[in-house]
Amino acid sequence: MKKAIAILAFLIIFAFLILGAVEMRPFGEPEQEDMDDYFLGDSQPHNQVNNVVTAVLFDYRGLDTLGEATILFSAVVGVLTVLRETQKKGGEDV
Amino acid sequence: MNWKMSRIVRTVTDFLVVPIVIFGIYLILHGHLTPGGGFQGGAVVASATALLIIAYGTLGRHKKDLSTIEAIGLILFISIALLGIGSTMFYNFLAGTGGMFGGTVEGINSGYINTGGTVTLMNLAVGIEVSAALSLILWMMSKETGIMKPEKKTSKTESKEVEN
Repeated sequence: MKKAIAILAFLIIFAFLILGAVEMRPFGEPEQEDMDDYFLGDSQPHNQVNNVVTAVLFDYRGLDTLGEATILFSAVVGVLTVLRETQKKGGEDV
Repeated sequence: MNWKMSRIVRTVTDFLVVPIVIFGIYLILHGHLTPGGGFQGGAVVASATALLIIAYGTLGRHKKDLSTIEAIGLILFISIALLGIGSTMFYNFLAGTGGMFGGTVEGINSGYINTGGTVTLMNLAVGIEVSAALSLILWMMSKETGIMKPEKKTSKTESKEVEN
């Protein structure tokens, strides 16, 4: 019974994936091209940067990078809090 | 006892740590020219820390220094972002103004290190922050699993041995 349910679920999900793959747009032709053209064409004159990915990361989507850095900072704060040294003043383990 | 790997591992670590750190710094500083950047280069530098921890089992007592460096990196990033608030946050006010980071690029070129404006500086700030943060996480976790010995006990025993 469990096996039949698993096979059924697998087939249904597989059918949806095949459907999505058939209806996929051709590679390199997105539905909206304005933003791509803007980034590719203007990252050199605006930012004087050759690497468009870095221009997007640190200039056009800078707030997102700020969030990433803050997440890393808070992760370190959490690790330091959880794994702090738990010792009494006498130096014995609690 | 203090965790320590064999002499072979320690010697190879001594040879490998310097190229790994240099490669990480290269990735950070060339983030605006080649694939890579602050996050990736910082992770590479932190891998050198992992190598040192596994080979030697200790890194001395620089935990607070690493915390300070991490905070300095994040503060540097936010202040560079806020410096361009005359027009918007994260405005690239240094691009194309000449000087150290204000070189200009146009069309197909071979890539110049002095271009990019604030992008280069932000790569550097994020690189500092990520390398210190990942090193700190590795440090704390290795200490918790017993690979690294607690600092206080070793210092006490060592001082006692010295006194005796």
